[in-house]
Amino acid sequence: MATLENTADQAISADGGGVRRRDFINIAAVSFAGVGGVVAVLPLVNQMNPSADVLAMASTEVDLSGIKPGQAIKTTYRSQPLFVRHLTPEEIAKADAADVASLRDPQTLDQRTIAGKKEWLVTMGVCTHLGCVPLGAGEGENKGEFGGYFCPCHGSHYDTAGRIRKGPAPKNLEVPPVTFTSDTAILVG
Amino acid sequence: MVRIGAFLIGLFFSGWLLVSFLMGAVAYVSEPPVPTAEKEFHLHPKHVSYSFDGPLGHYDKAQLQRGFQVFSEVCSACHSLKFVSFRDLADLGYNEAEIKAIAKNWKIKTPDIDPKTGEMATREPVPSDKFPKPFANNVAAAAANNNAIPPDLSLMTKARHSGTAYVYSLLTGYQQQPAELLQKFPDVKTPAGLHYNPYFANLNLAMAPPLTAEGQVTYGEGQPKPTVDQMAKDVAAFLTWTAEPKMESRKSAGLAVLLFLLVATTLAYMSYRNIWAETKH
Amino acid sequence: MSFPWANHYTPKAPLMQWIDERLPLPRLVYNAVGAGYPVPRNLNYFWNFGVLSGLALMIQIVTGIVMAMHYGANELVAFGTVEHVMRDVNGGWLMRYAHANGASFFFIVVYLHIFRGLYYSSYKAPREMVWLLGLIIFLLMMATAFMGYVLPWGQMSYWGAKVITGLFGAIPVVGEPIQTWLLGGFAPGNAALNRFFSLHYLLPFVIAGVIILHIWALHIPGSSNPTGVEVKGPQDTVPFHPYYTAKDGFGAGIFFILFAIAVYFGPNFLGHPDNYIEANPLSTPAHIVPEWYFWPFYAILRAFTFDFFFIPAKLLGVLAMFASILLLFFLPWLDTSPVRSGNYRPLFRKFFWILVLDVLVLGYCGGAPAEEPFVMISQVAAAYYFAHFLIILPLIAAFEKPLPLPGSITEAVLAKHGEAAE
Repeated sequence: MATLENTADQAISADGGGVRRRDFINIAAVSFAGVGGVVAVLPLVNQMNPSADVLAMASTEVDLSGIKPGQAIKTTYRSQPLFVRHLTPEEIAKADAADVASLRDPQTLDQRTIAGKKEWLVTMGVCTHLGCVPLGAGEGENKGEFGGYFCPCHGSHYDTAGRIRKGPAPKNLEVPPVTFTSDTAILVG
Repeated sequence: MVRIGAFLIGLFFSGWLLVSFLMGAVAYVSEPPVPTAEKEFHLHPKHVSYSFDGPLGHYDKAQLQRGFQVFSEVCSACHSLKFVSFRDLADLGYNEAEIKAIAKNWKIKTPDIDPKTGEMATREPVPSDKFPKPFANNVAAAAANNNAIPPDLSLMTKARHSGTAYVYSLLTGYQQQPAELLQKFPDVKTPAGLHYNPYFANLNLAMAPPLTAEGQVTYGEGQPKPTVDQMAKDVAAFLTWTAEPKMESRKSAGLAVLLFLLVATTLAYMSYRNIWAETKH
Repeated sequence: MSFPWANHYTPKAPLMQWIDERLPLPRLVYNAVGAGYPVPRNLNYFWNFGVLSGLALMIQIVTGIVMAMHYGANELVAFGTVEHVMRDVNGGWLMRYAHANGASFFFIVVYLHIFRGLYYSSYKAPREMVWLLGLIIFLLMMATAFMGYVLPWGQMSYWGAKVITGLFGAIPVVGEPIQTWLLGGFAPGNAALNRFFSLHYLLPFVIAGVIILHIWALHIPGSSNPTGVEVKGPQDTVPFHPYYTAKDGFGAGIFFILFAIAVYFGPNFLGHPDNYIEANPLSTPAHIVPEWYFWPFYAILRAFTFDFFFIPAKLLGVLAMFASILLLFFLPWLDTSPVRSGNYRPLFRKFFWILVLDVLVLGYCGGAPAEEPFVMISQVAAAYYFAHFLIILPLIAAFEKPLPLPGSITEAVLAKHGEAAE
């Protein structure tokens, strides 16, 4: 009846050189299955990343020719609002006059615009507090206490350089990468 | 009871099927099915070989570019390519600037609204756009093409059996209607406005032969001579890519996966034998 | 039930002990598919297909959930969103090809599982409930697969939906209202597409639930085996883990190799080219066929070409097609032979192989165009199909003289190895 003995336990746990080699095979097989399982999960995770068509829309061209000084337009960049503002000399002066060192997020207007095109302030229209769209880009909207943008959700005030001056927002309005493709056109992204 | 009921139902279904078979067989012998021109003269696609055949095959980028040239100079006048974007042309080896130029100079413009007036208007395509359609809708397409709507070509080579060879055969298969056919089936003379092609399912096709003369498309330096055969072959390759743009990554991923699975399965087999080694079964 | 010699779950790790006292889930798994389930030691490779079916369902659920994140169930965009998955979504082509071929592989392993059950008469007492639940799973799978095939909204999707719902139109009086109700319109459209998507997402989880019942019912008498002789003692069994987990692991490896060959090197081989043409209600494809796994039933549907007095041929075809599946529910009471395994039933075995051939012929005819000689062949094949289950099986049971059975599983195993049991 020896042939009938259930010897699985011996094969798995008993000591001896041959048995250790066998253990190794079992461990190797299970490890391979584990690695295969993990690798199979990667595409399942990766499919939730932006698809090729979404990435292709990741840049926006804006025609500046119609924006007069003092005006701003709202457009979209990566499906989020983008503010393009043509600053007046007074607004530029006001922005330059601020004491940079005392700001919550110290930046000068020059750092936030393209050299030689200081009158074009291009920022995301997304409040750095919790993501609302600030007012001030549209005609007649509340521009806040500093003449720039004002976020009505929790009362953040931005100045004419889009810098946070008052309210809960931690940072200045984000400036996306901008390049001038001609004197009157920019490429964002 | 179950078995008596089953027996009766079985007798009914099987019996009636055999009766139907006999009646059908009698009808088949007394009135044999009428042969049709489609059955006797339709041809399967010709055999043609490509660089992308087989499990290791790759697209030949130069050929895809030539095929794209044929598509843009000949096919695109009537056929849309609505699931393909200009940006996808990067797969053919074009760089960003070239793709931008191709999109900008594309003969058909992308419909959009005028940003100032809101009226329907068109603009130059950009790389992220799909290839614009030559006709605004099916009614316009039918009206311009003698009531036949030119099908979209994005998926054509997957929408026919042996699609690549089918496109090649169709483009090179136009011919006079054989005299033998007219002799046998005098009623099926190719109607005016249609064109005889034995590779087309019902033999008569609304599309006039699109590739007619050598040199119809001018290929660049160092490329093969643009014979009709070569152009057909190239555009069929291009349409294989439009239908299955991910073929190369699919095949290379497949080889890696198979290799892994072979090792893993061998280990699983050894582990199985090992666990059962002491147990007869 | 479990055999008295089954291993008992004794968690060693304190954490497992803690969990097991509060929620005996580890115990449940241990007793269901672990070392606590004693299984006959002589199962052959045909017993792998149950686990492989479960694996195929998991593949379908995972790839399906992922694709639902990108698909739009609207007749205007459905076809385009499938192409979006194929072209733009990261690894989307892999998800879709795995899902499309996964359906085929699910049916392949389930058909092998069913024919295993037919050959070894796994449907016989005391396992009737296992068989009945299995058939319910099969019906649910067919419904799920059909609705899933509609979702890409290609030509075959559209015309498949139209033809299959048209089957209900064959029912007298209530048929047409039922068809309209199923579609939510007079032809397949947005309403049908949306409800099919909803149900296509729901039914796989219902299938998973019935699978749990199927396994539960199986564990009452325990697994059958190639001799058909019931387990007599501990020497006849081995614990499921590690013995059959190892064997199923190897089976899964072979399954994945074949699956990978299909997905990566011939992803459209089992599909139909017409489904790469967007749905067009104004133009029917020259040759409508369902997916290959429905071909045998489709052949039976089309085999009825003559009215039977007041019953129109169309209705007969529909009735016969449904009957061809429903009759399997009565199988445990049609085949009354006390011997289970086909190995010991010489006459039954011959007819079994004729049935396999018959179903293959039906499948071939179902995929072929509806013209001669395929219609005549499918009439003979369908006649045999009904005769086999409803007439021949009961008769064989009554007249066949089975071969002598081994005394026990162990005796059979030892005889195979040329030894005698003591």
